[in-house]
Amino acid sequence: MNSLKKLFGGNTRQFGMIFALIALVVFFQWQTGGKTLTSANMMNLFNGNSYILILAIGMVLVIIAGHIDLSVGSIAAFAGIVVAITIRDWGIPWYLGIVVGLLLGALIGAWQGFWVAYVGIPAFIVTLAGMLLFRGANQFVGKSNTVPVPREFQYIGSGYLPEVGPATGYNNLTLLLGFFLVGVVIYNELKLRRRLQRVGAETTEAWVSVLKLVLVSAAILYATYLFATGRPGTSFPVPGLILGVLVIIYGFISNKTITGRHVYAVGGNRHAAELSGVKSKRVNFLVMMNMSILAALAGMIFVGRSTASGPFDGVGWELDAIAAVFIGGAAVTGGVGTVVGSIIGGLVMAVLNNGLQLLGIGADMTQIIKGLVLLIAVAFDVYNKSQGKPSITGLLTRNFGNRPRSGPPAAAQQPAPAEQGVGTKGIISHDV
Amino acid sequence: MDHHTILEMRSITKEFPGVKALADVSLTVSAGEIHAICGENGAGKSTLMKVLSGVYPHGDYQGSIVFQGEEVRFRDIRSSEAAGIVIIHQELALIPELSIAENIFLGNEPTRFGVIDWDQINSSTLELMARVGLSEDPTTKIKDIGVGKQQLVEIAKALSKSVKLLILDEPTAALNESDSQHLLDLMAGLRAKGITCIMISHKLNEIEQIADSITIIRDGRTIETLHVRNDGVDEDRIIRGMVGRSLDSRFPDHTPNIGETFFEVRDWTVGHPSVADRLVCKGSNFHVRRGEVVGFAGLMGAGRTELARSIFGRSYGNFKSGRIFKDGKEVVLKSVPQAIDHGLAYVTEDRKSLGLNLLDDIKATTVSANLRKITNGLVVDRDQEFTVAEQYRKSLRTKTPSVNEGISKLSGGNQQKVVLAKWMFTDPDLLILDEPTRGIDVGAKFEIYGIIQKLADQGKGVIVISSELPELLGLSDRIYTIFEGAITGELARGEANQESLMRLMTASRKSA
Repeated sequence: MNSLKKLFGGNTRQFGMIFALIALVVFFQWQTGGKTLTSANMMNLFNGNSYILILAIGMVLVIIAGHIDLSVGSIAAFAGIVVAITIRDWGIPWYLGIVVGLLLGALIGAWQGFWVAYVGIPAFIVTLAGMLLFRGANQFVGKSNTVPVPREFQYIGSGYLPEVGPATGYNNLTLLLGFFLVGVVIYNELKLRRRLQRVGAETTEAWVSVLKLVLVSAAILYATYLFATGRPGTSFPVPGLILGVLVIIYGFISNKTITGRHVYAVGGNRHAAELSGVKSKRVNFLVMMNMSILAALAGMIFVGRSTASGPFDGVGWELDAIAAVFIGGAAVTGGVGTVVGSIIGGLVMAVLNNGLQLLGIGADMTQIIKGLVLLIAVAFDVYNKSQGKPSITGLLTRNFGNRPRSGPPAAAQQPAPAEQGVGTKGIISHDV
Repeated sequence: MDHHTILEMRSITKEFPGVKALADVSLTVSAGEIHAICGENGAGKSTLMKVLSGVYPHGDYQGSIVFQGEEVRFRDIRSSEAAGIVIIHQELALIPELSIAENIFLGNEPTRFGVIDWDQINSSTLELMARVGLSEDPTTKIKDIGVGKQQLVEIAKALSKSVKLLILDEPTAALNESDSQHLLDLMAGLRAKGITCIMISHKLNEIEQIADSITIIRDGRTIETLHVRNDGVDEDRIIRGMVGRSLDSRFPDHTPNIGETFFEVRDWTVGHPSVADRLVCKGSNFHVRRGEVVGFAGLMGAGRTELARSIFGRSYGNFKSGRIFKDGKEVVLKSVPQAIDHGLAYVTEDRKSLGLNLLDDIKATTVSANLRKITNGLVVDRDQEFTVAEQYRKSLRTKTPSVNEGISKLSGGNQQKVVLAKWMFTDPDLLILDEPTRGIDVGAKFEIYGIIQKLADQGKGVIVISSELPELLGLSDRIYTIFEGAITGELARGEANQESLMRLMTASRKSA
């Protein structure tokens, strides 16, 4: 066990969520007799869930800031229909269509952000209204009809990386992407070690890093192999690529920029943040606006995948995205959560969905199981907090992207009537 | 008046982790009297009343309580109320959206066949309201009546429980002159009907006016009980009892090096954030010199924090008028970021709810008020964050295994050091420290005093707001006193002592 801990940077919890995900994949791979880890199924998984995962990226920021957004499904549908109609009726090219969609998302986001941040209406109410408003707007604009989009537009929802270069028998771009990722992972690990040494913090032993790199690289290369060897014409899906880019961008924003820090600060303690010079209204405005932009993007990707925009696109998406975020370790009270954690939370739900489908389990049971998984994951978390132990899912994911969040919020809420003297560090330390 | 004893609290000791809030306190109250309890903030008055009313159940404290000749062991507030002891807290426990009648009978609703008997509630309410001199419709919502009337509703509620001993914690703190007077008259009326009152108050003139006897508590101990009629008690006598403690050398040696005036506030007037016509700062004028530690003394609720926060980028209240001059030039600070940019820093008295994000770790907190300084282009430099935090950890001697540790795991003193580090990192010219040593043990206090003096020696101005007079006297080169939103005095180091400050803070009629 000790060596296992060492393997994962002395912090088993950090990788626990990934373990859960891997266990789930292995379980279904075994139960479905190998149907889970196939090229076709993996592509299917990415294509069919990327828009939810994109929503989860925006949603985790909203939830970290202490809000919620119920309107994302409706906004996605509204953006989808508007884009589909402008492309069809105005004859604008597909890429301008995407710009229109993103601008519309920004506009809607500004509307919702205005009410939440500057008027001070709870986001629950504003976005509940938005949910009705934009669903209605979708059906009004589209006259409750389905509007098809051109083939080029469908590329963003169901396209694959093209075939280029010599005929290697694999998809070359996918291979390059895989190799590139392995390179990045190795580079980052080296950089981290160097950095830790420079600031004089404790570094792990070299073999730990090596073994970790070998395992992670193997996983990436295996995935690369799966995506590069699909049936002809398929490779790594474009929505997956968009998702990947967004994860990197938003991971960066939330971890490494002032804006990202301010989102955590506002969600953690709004008053303290304001007294530290954080413009909390602006932060709230930005996270709400950003959510709507991502919702519009998700809507367009979905439209691309389903080749047409319809009146019932995006129904229930908000709940899937919110579930992903909470399984990924975010706290309802705000201040806690990570982009990567939410993606993993979303993948857990996606793999569960996919695996149960492959096993031929009906939608009824699938929903029951998903509901229980959500409840149990968060209940486990709450139980741990109430026991004074650290929040498992929170801690599992907290160190992703190098942003160590601190200990259990529960400990903070316990009444501490007075000075506890100097010896407290031993009392409340959870690190084992 | 009947002089038999209704209540006797014997040798009450109550400890919180690390702190002895009450040490062997005794209190004897005669039936039918108004008994005032006096003491500085944090002396243990409220704790004592919480013990008496069962907020801290029997077993949580040592000592015994004898009420009406029998030893009582209250498990909770309900059991103390059943015995006839009702406490009215400073923050009223009324539900704003419910009516007067509903509030009075909340948790105690008369029923007929399991259904609430509204007729009886309303008629009983009318009767109770008449007893406290309140004429309102029983169905009026609490939020629609003023604070003074709300206080009366609380008393009516207590009467509905056939109260024998009524405890009032700072009953007039939020009331204006005429409401206060009405309340005091009402208390006298209750006394005439045989109801005993215990009253905690900072307003010595009121105590002198109405109390029959006074128990003074200091540092968790009973100092003395004065009988107003026999002992010839006046305000000076009470003040002497409240502060009578020597100033031992609890402060690092320090020779101030005071420069020219660089920060000045003129005619500063600020309104209450929600009550339209109430002023929390009334035309305040003060200035700070370089290298000077300026103390602000005032009792709780006097408007010290309100003044500080309204100056710090108008982060409290409705700004009405006033000007701020820094380095001879007028500056307008409309927001906290502006205030920070102009070199102001404010360390709040309420560390947990206003000062810290308890979810964060030490290093993130340290840099949180000045992220720009460690940001290159877009990226917050984590190495620098770590280095900066590490630097402050060493120089302030914060006790923690590492700066990666969560804030919530630190003790109060170390949390305060992190807060100080956070503001020192903004390189301010003027630091406003609001109760910088609240909830901090003696050792850490000494260190924080040292930090404050060091900051002053660097040529910064430091404002210290504190309820602990010895602390102010030990630290400050000059002290302003505040009473009810107005600055009532300015004393230099040599002129200030506890008596003179207390007089100005309570705006005693015999002001120095």
